Amino acid sequence: MSKEREFYWRRLHSLLGIIPVGLFLTQHLVVNHFATRGEEAFNNASHFMESLPFRYMLEIFVIFLPLMFHAFYGLYIAFTAKHNPQRFGTLRNYLFILQRFTGIFLVVFIVWHVFETRFQAAIGAKEVNFNMMAEILSNPWMLGFYIVGVISATFHLANGIWSFLVSWGITQSARSQQIATYVTLVIFLALSVVGVQALLAFV
Amino acid sequence: MVTATETKKVKFEILRQDTPESTPYWEKFEVNYRPNMNVISALMEIRQNPVNVDGKSTTPVTWDMNCLEEVCGACSMVINGRPRQSCSALIDQLTQPIQLAPMKTFPVVRDLQVDRTRMFDSLKKVKAWVPIDGSYDLGEGPRMPERKRQWAYELSKCMTCGVCLEACPNVNSGSNFMGPAPLSQVRLFNAHPTGSMNKDERLNTIMGDGGLANCGNAQNCVVACPKGIPLTTSIAALNRDTTVQMFKDFFGSDHMVD
Repeated sequence: MSKEREFYWRRLHSLLGIIPVGLFLTQHLVVNHFATRGEEAFNNASHFMESLPFRYMLEIFVIFLPLMFHAFYGLYIAFTAKHNPQRFGTLRNYLFILQRFTGIFLVVFIVWHVFETRFQAAIGAKEVNFNMMAEILSNPWMLGFYIVGVISATFHLANGIWSFLVSWGITQSARSQQIATYVTLVIFLALSVVGVQALLAFV
Repeated sequence: MVTATETKKVKFEILRQDTPESTPYWEKFEVNYRPNMNVISALMEIRQNPVNVDGKSTTPVTWDMNCLEEVCGACSMVINGRPRQSCSALIDQLTQPIQLAPMKTFPVVRDLQVDRTRMFDSLKKVKAWVPIDGSYDLGEGPRMPERKRQWAYELSKCMTCGVCLEACPNVNSGSNFMGPAPLSQVRLFNAHPTGSMNKDERLNTIMGDGGLANCGNAQNCVVACPKGIPLTTSIAALNRDTTVQMFKDFFGSDHMVD
């Protein structure tokens, strides 16, 4: 990718993180939450999502391609930074570091998660339903891995919304950026509760 | 009469480097304490008598300095882990041993002396000036509102000292990010009534290689800036300006400025 086009790639990276990837994550966590209403409710919801018209188109253009670009360009961004928390122990510097660490971890987590669920269903080995997740999460290590994965994702999205607001020039003043920090903190906590509650419902 | 202050020593650990390519090494020094000493006066003591803590004669430590009142930006170095000016670093306020190291974001010339050429190149690249030269007298430019002038004065305090580049995690050998200082100068000259006549050129430059998009919002720069310049506000404001410029460029306006 040409360095001269860097500005546009970075803006695209910032935008895709929110639309559609961030919206998809929110929708995914909300649909997962059906698990708290029992096995049947979850299976119905999951079946509804699977039977959406233009399913493969939606999966490719709304999830797969934007996510791939965000992930691989994000890895390049993450590895260009040279962290210095020992010099500047400010909240923003730690969030900057965490954004990059969660991003790298999420690439691993999402590859594993997709392999374990969607890919298995695609090759016809397994069916994506309540039992599949209950089986995966019956392993306490896997449960831990998934909880860390979900919390990394909600953090990365919430902090990504904050950066999006700065990167597109919406929040400029120190005050507006501070308030955006509080708002995105609430988004992080709310989505984390939704996500983790759903995971625990399978156990 | 020998007083306690006369025998008190100030301990230094200095990261030295003999040539731009040679391996850096730490050398320890002790100088006699004097009241109101700053890092530069201590370095001058070492220069007068270049003997390290082991009593071995060594080469005098090299550093850059000029104004000695924190307006020129030449004497920046990393003092106890924080990049700052050595002229305003008072010995009484520093924990000892005082560690001095060059700002390694820049090429080291020798010892604490670094080459900040890349910053001046960036200023040239973004045209951080008001172009008024021509073949005839252009007359007076548009007036600048007084309150705007007062605000712009804060941005004009930048002394190209390099501390914000040293503090930035995204300015390093693996990236060509120009850093916060030249970006904030784009905001300054785009705010100037005459300077703004070329604002699209400056914006297009920082939308290019090594420009604005490399900022990762760690916001160390605004914490580190010795002049208290609102660098992160400048960056966010330029983010908005470039957003507008990007759409203008793409959807096609038939005029360049405004």
